[in-house]
Amino acid sequence: MPGLLASAIWYFGVLLEVAFVVCSIWRGSFFRYFFLNLYFLFALGSGVVRYFFLTKFGVSSGEYYFAYFYTDVLLTLALYVALTSLYTRIFGELQFGKYVRLTAVLLLLGTALFSYAVVAQSEQRLSTAFAYELSQNLYFVGLVLTYILWGTVIKLRETRTRLVQFILALGIYFSAYAASYALVNLASKYSVVHIMGPIVSCLLPLSWTVTMWRHSEDSRLMTAQLVAVQR
Amino acid sequence: MMASLIFAVSVVTLLMFFVSYCRSLTAASSRHQLSWEVRDVTGISALPTGKDFVRVSQLLQLCPERPDDKTGLQAVGLYYSILNFVQRTLGRLIPALQPWTEQELAGCANFAVVILDRRIAFSREVLAQQGEL
Repeated sequence: MPGLLASAIWYFGVLLEVAFVVCSIWRGSFFRYFFLNLYFLFALGSGVVRYFFLTKFGVSSGEYYFAYFYTDVLLTLALYVALTSLYTRIFGELQFGKYVRLTAVLLLLGTALFSYAVVAQSEQRLSTAFAYELSQNLYFVGLVLTYILWGTVIKLRETRTRLVQFILALGIYFSAYAASYALVNLASKYSVVHIMGPIVSCLLPLSWTVTMWRHSEDSRLMTAQLVAVQR
Repeated sequence: MMASLIFAVSVVTLLMFFVSYCRSLTAASSRHQLSWEVRDVTGISALPTGKDFVRVSQLLQLCPERPDDKTGLQAVGLYYSILNFVQRTLGRLIPALQPWTEQELAGCANFAVVILDRRIAFSREVLAQQGEL
C-alpha cells in the first residue's frame, strides 16, 4: 500500500480535479472547456479503477500494473485531446479547426506506430510495454505541441486570459513531468524523486482551477507583456 | 546521458513557462490604480520597486485573506525568490541582466501591493457589513 504522504498527495489531487469540474460548472464554462473537464473526469475515473485494483490485488500485482499503465495511456490520450481542443480554440477564428484536428489524428497515429515499432522487438509483455511507450512518447509530443502553441499565442497576440493561462499551466505541467521522469532515471535511489511525479500531477488541476475561478471568459491581457524579453 | 539531456531541456522549458505564467499573473495588476489608503499604509508614492515586496508581504500577513488571491501570491512569491537569486548570482556576472531583474522584481512588488489594496477594500467591506448588522 502507498505511504501516508503519497495517499495525502493523491487525495489532494482528487480534490483539485473535482474543484476544477465544479468551478467550471459554477462559472457556466463546462461545455466551453468540455475536453479539459473530460480529462479531469477521466482522471477521477482512473483513480477509482486504480484504487479498486490496488485494494483487491496489491501494489505489486500484475493486475494493478496492467490497470495502472492502461489508465495512464487513456489519461495521456485525454490530455492530448484537451491540448488539441486548445489548438482548435486558438486557430478557430482563422478557420483552421478542421486541419488542426486532422493533423492531431495523424500525429497520434504516427506516435502509436512509432511506439509499436519500438516495443515490437522487445521480449517484454507487449501490451503493457506498448502502453508505457505510447504514454511516454505522447508526453514528449505534448510538450513539443504546447511549446509550438505558446509560440503561436505570442505570434497571434492572443489576449484571452483564460486560454493563455491554461496553455502556460499545461506547459509547466508537461515540462515538470518530463523533468521528474528524467530525475527518477538519474537518481532513483533517493525516495524524494519518486513523490515528485504525484506532486507535479496536482499542479495542473490547481492552476487551471485558479484560472477558471479568478478570470471570466471576457478577461483580457496584453500578450506582449508575457514575453521575458520585450520586443 | 539521454536522461540528463531530457532533464536539462525540461528544466529550461519549465522555467520559460513558469516565467510567462507569473508574468501573466502580474500583468493583470499593472493597470490597477492604487488607492490612497494603500499608498498611505505602504508609503509608496509612485511605483513600487523590487525592494518593497518583502515589506508588502509582511503587511499582507496582517490583513484578512481573500479566498482567490493566495495561490497567485505564492506563485509570484516563488518567482520573486528565483529572480532575487538570479540577481545575486548571474546578475553580478552579467550586468545586462540587472535592469531586467529589477523590472521583474518591481512587477512582483506591484502585484503584492495590488493584492494588499484589494484586501484593505475587502476588510472595509466586511466591517461595513458588520456595522449594518
